[in-house]
Amino acid sequence: MSAATITAAGMRADAPIYNMDVVKKFTIATVFWGVVGFLVGVYIASELAWPGLNFGLPFLNFGRLRPVHTSAVIFAFGGNALFATSLYVVQRTGHTRLFGGKALADFLFWGYNFFIVQAALSYVLGFSRGQEYSEPEWHLDLWLVVVWVCYAVVFIGTLLKRREPHIYVANWFYLAFILTIAVLHIVNTLALPVSFFEAKGYTLYSGTQNALIQWWYGHNAVGFFLTAGFLGMMYYFIPKAANRPVYSYRLSIVHFWSLIFMYIWAGPHHLHWTALPDWAQTLGMAFSIMLWMPSWGGMINGLMTLSGAWDKLRTDPGLRFSVTAVGFYGMSTFEGPVMSVRTVNALSHYTDWGIGHVHSGGLGWVAFITFGALYYLVPVLWERKALYSVKLANWHYWIATLGIVFYISSMWVAGIEEGLMWRAYDANGFLQYSFIESVLAVHPFYVIRMLGGVMFLIGALIMAYNLWMTVVSPSTEADRLEAYRAGPVPVAAE
Amino acid sequence: MMQRHQFIERHTFVLLVLALVTVSIGGIVEIVPTFTIETTVEHVKGIRPYTPLEQAGRDIYVREGCYVCHSQMIRALKDEVERYGHYSLAAESMYDHPFQWGSKRIGPDLSRVGGKYSNDWHYAHLTNPQALVPESLMPHYAFLAENDLKYDDISEKLATLKAIGVPYTNAQVKSAATDLEAQANAATDPASFAKRYPHAVIASGNGKHVTEMDALVAYLQVLGTMVNFADTSEESLQQ
Repeated sequence: MSAATITAAGMRADAPIYNMDVVKKFTIATVFWGVVGFLVGVYIASELAWPGLNFGLPFLNFGRLRPVHTSAVIFAFGGNALFATSLYVVQRTGHTRLFGGKALADFLFWGYNFFIVQAALSYVLGFSRGQEYSEPEWHLDLWLVVVWVCYAVVFIGTLLKRREPHIYVANWFYLAFILTIAVLHIVNTLALPVSFFEAKGYTLYSGTQNALIQWWYGHNAVGFFLTAGFLGMMYYFIPKAANRPVYSYRLSIVHFWSLIFMYIWAGPHHLHWTALPDWAQTLGMAFSIMLWMPSWGGMINGLMTLSGAWDKLRTDPGLRFSVTAVGFYGMSTFEGPVMSVRTVNALSHYTDWGIGHVHSGGLGWVAFITFGALYYLVPVLWERKALYSVKLANWHYWIATLGIVFYISSMWVAGIEEGLMWRAYDANGFLQYSFIESVLAVHPFYVIRMLGGVMFLIGALIMAYNLWMTVVSPSTEADRLEAYRAGPVPVAAE
Repeated sequence: MMQRHQFIERHTFVLLVLALVTVSIGGIVEIVPTFTIETTVEHVKGIRPYTPLEQAGRDIYVREGCYVCHSQMIRALKDEVERYGHYSLAAESMYDHPFQWGSKRIGPDLSRVGGKYSNDWHYAHLTNPQALVPESLMPHYAFLAENDLKYDDISEKLATLKAIGVPYTNAQVKSAATDLEAQANAATDPASFAKRYPHAVIASGNGKHVTEMDALVAYLQVLGTMVNFADTSEESLQQ
């Protein structure tokens, strides 16, 4: 840092006036949508355990609520977290205020959250494109394109006016996430509306091509929305909280380019043994297996950043969340390649193993790395000395971790049981079980899964209370200086 | 490597363009050939566009999110073929906008459910699944029988599908509403309709109002029935 003048208040005279207001808004929305998304998840998990909870009401039926859950956790909770952290990180690492002014930043917040609310309402009222994680109809898709282009303008504009010569590694990942999601969303949602005044549109592609494009989109919603974006979080908040530089600069470069190159190929592993031509399935499988390497390269880079600072895990619950998240990332990026092998997929596909896999990534990686960032960000943004309660954060950590264990282990058992029952033959060479017998067999695991979800939800409520109390606790001038100094990232010596 | 990378990470647009090129390659290599290779979709006889009532039923299937619990894709695996029937062909979903292959089976696969049960069974099952299958997790869809089907825009819907490649004739688009009513009412004489849409199953509607359930059942009853596999050789199914 340059030897800038420090004013009486402790502020550097040339300190950039960051736009932290919009970051705060996105942070609040992240916590809010997290709780909503987990709550809907618990409800639909209960519907699968006790179908009477559907009540025969159209808007409460599992088929309409499931997209509400997936959109709420991925796009509302995850999306707001990505907006909050990317707009924070790009300002802090570039030492500059957001490009485009306050109005554009506020438009990002209100425009994106308007999209979320409209999408959720449209599902429960009976509007859907019928493609997973891409359910909103054409007019909402167009609206999202407008918001997303503005997001790209703000982010790239801020990179261009940065006051540091280098673009920090976290921003590479955020940039790849923003660009790729734009491409994926636009290509996958191309549709012809029935009329300008009707919500209904028909997707441009059909059958096999539609399936391939959908899973090219779907898998890279995982790869770029839920992975690259959140890796940006890992590359900023873990070094910050541990006060150590990223383990290896070289590994960061290899991690970034190999990850974004390989992820895009992996989509066809969602379509093994289907009517998709075999050559495409084989390509998808090969790249999915190769993807294990960049994923673990990233995991090692994240974990080894703690070299010499492992003791901080005892005292910093936020860092503990982040590091556990990287552990779960390593686990689910190993499980994914295994499941992408055609012979394994023959058993695992269509079963609850897939649901377990998604949630070890979703709860363990995406949510935990976000919680880590939130515990770090809230005191800094609201200029408080520390969290309201480390003890409550510890409770959150252990309840949520136990909830994940309940969730994923019950889904592993249920999934493998379903897969084995569907392919079981009796002594006479007939299929041994009817389909409904497999439904009955997994009932206990659906109950355990629901309980795991309840624990995760309770953890999130504890966090919401803890963060709220942090915001309303009194702050002093010294705290503000402390928060300001949270600025630069330790740079690798290498 | 690191020296050269310094250049990339100092120049925003270099990083941006290189990242964009890197993420584009895989998608282009995988997606483009499925449009250009002729055998991606097999050439089999019998596949026809959905009738207006079936298409309206399909829209309800999509709207209610049936695909989140039911697949429509029988994989080429021994147990699946024995449980559900011949493995699904690419051709069988070539007019599906969107495809509904699904990714999870909370209920059974539906790609060949057509003709497996009577219309009456479907009406009873959709109204109260647990009355027929006590262990079922399926929600009740009794409300579909109470909702009149909205089909004033059915011609526009067929025209839209025609514009994106479903081979409806102009006559089919024009007579969509009459065809829909003909299929929904067992009492009418559907000779001209049957000519336009061979093998369509006539719904067991009440003859007064066409309900959403009539449409959904008509759709379910056509699933997987278009191809006559006795007449289809293995060679013709090579992709």
